[in-house]
Amino acid sequence: MNAKLMSITVAATFALAMAPVQATDLDTKTAEIVKRDFRDKGIAKATRVNQDELQAACSKYVDKLPPKLKAKLEAKEAEAIKYPADGKFMGDWKAGEKLAQSGRGMTWSDKPEDVPGGNCYNCHQLSAKEIAYGTIGPSLLNFGKVRGNGEDIQRYVYARIYNAKASNACANMPRFGHMSILTESQMKDLVALLLDPESPVNK
Amino acid sequence: MNTNQIHKAMMVLALSTSFAAVAADSAVTDSDRIEQYREMISDGNPAEFDEMRGEELWKKAAGPNKVSLEQCDLGKGAGVVKGAYSELPKYFKDTKKVQDLESRLLTCMTTLQGFTEDEITAKPFASSKKPSDISSLATYVVGQSKGIKMAVSTKHPKVKESYEIGKRIFNYRAGPYDFACSTCHATSGVRIRMQDLPNMRSSKKDAQIAYTGWPAYRVSQGLTRSFQWRLNDCFRQQRFPEPKFASEATIALTTFLAVNANGAEYVGPGLKR
Ligand code: HEC
Ligand code: HEC
Repeated sequence: MNAKLMSITVAATFALAMAPVQATDLDTKTAEIVKRDFRDKGIAKATRVNQDELQAACSKYVDKLPPKLKAKLEAKEAEAIKYPADGKFMGDWKAGEKLAQSGRGMTWSDKPEDVPGGNCYNCHQLSAKEIAYGTIGPSLLNFGKVRGNGEDIQRYVYARIYNAKASNACANMPRFGHMSILTESQMKDLVALLLDPESPVNK
Repeated sequence: MNTNQIHKAMMVLALSTSFAAVAADSAVTDSDRIEQYREMISDGNPAEFDEMRGEELWKKAAGPNKVSLEQCDLGKGAGVVKGAYSELPKYFKDTKKVQDLESRLLTCMTTLQGFTEDEITAKPFASSKKPSDISSLATYVVGQSKGIKMAVSTKHPKVKESYEIGKRIFNYRAGPYDFACSTCHATSGVRIRMQDLPNMRSSKKDAQIAYTGWPAYRVSQGLTRSFQWRLNDCFRQQRFPEPKFASEATIALTTFLAVNANGAEYVGPGLKR
């Protein structure tokens, strides 16, 4: 190859490499890489990287959804909430406190028989006694004292725990009922933790 | 490390058990506590054991080919270790890939020394029972960039692309908890329980501190941990499946985080909770 030809080839290769890559191409490429580069470990199977519609939208728009899409997704999440058949929302706040404390659950180092906890203290202040609380979510200290504990608020809290994305599509709180992380009776125990006047949250 | 320093390091190891025990019931954040430990061992981080081990491994003839890694090109020419880490990840012509430090060490261990990739990637992280050669090598290499400013170039289109993909993986929500890196690392001043979370999306300062302190000796584990390990453990907390060691996904994330740390002096190997 003579020098001139060589420089043309180099320039051409360079131009090709420099061609601006479209954002959508990068999204597609990212999805391919993620699907290829993760593997099963313990209970955490590789299929967990597959996104549902909501996860995909929040990733694509970096948590700032166009208002129409946001409303549509929230309505869809709200529709899928299953409320308790017996119409009761308040369980046992003592069991709720234990669940709120437990950060266990669903990592590859958890055993299949381990019962997932609520992880609530990881992100929220709840009881005044527990000072090792996280701050990703708002403080829930005195929640029942401030918001009351009637039927409406019970239903609201249950729905929030069941599916936080029904009220804010890209909220950072997991969908505990929707994703079958917690059972109905566990979620009732957590409603009681927040609303029962005897709970340490309201003392 | 001299005998005196080794003594201090041993003391820290002994303290690490009680350290984990007090973590849950005190209003002092983990970063405050780490600061106290830093002062205590100001002239000796136990990661230095790994740096020494790594240096020996670097210079020792090993593998089926019985050669050392002294001809390994980490991006600044064969055998150049000084300052190499501050410029990684980089695009490498021989592999036609963007590579971080650990994937590049893997390349050298396979191409120069003749190890198989599977031998190394089967157990790439240290445990209390067995040290990891590739982690020790990484600890040695990063130590040679101490005090040198992070300067990862995105001029090469492949590096730029890697950065863009890494950014997307940072925001990629999935799994039973809908978590992404951004769930825990995109808001300033928040914490999980008592662990402060750096905002690596929009705080330049947080991104710099978070990146330049790794690899690090972890007091709670009594082990020196590599950057690939750091990502691996965050994916575990994210309830994701396991990222393959030195995979393109982990390298892209590393490119994103390293570029965000540009301009800061590299200060590792660090000391962490
Ligand atoms: C990973 C973080 C995280 C975890 C874990 C978490 N939350 Fe939340 N929570 C949040 C965030 C963030 C918000 C604000 C939601 C929004 O943006 O709309 C929130 C909001 C709430 C609210 C609504 C507060 C209000 O003022 O109306 C309730 C109730 C709540 N969480 C309860 C819980 C309970 C109970 C648990 C445990 C089962 C829990 N959360 C676990 C992050 C979390
Ligand atoms: C559920 C929470 C959570 C998620 C999701 C998460 N991390 Fe972390 N990350 C942490 C915590 C907690 C720490 C503090 C260190 C520890 O574990 O002790 C941390 C520490 C780090 C550090 C070191 C910071 C320092 O200054 O030492 C880096 C870098 C990091 N994470 C990157 C990531 C990346 C990249 C992702 C996504 C792949 C991610 N994290 C996802 C919780 C999380």
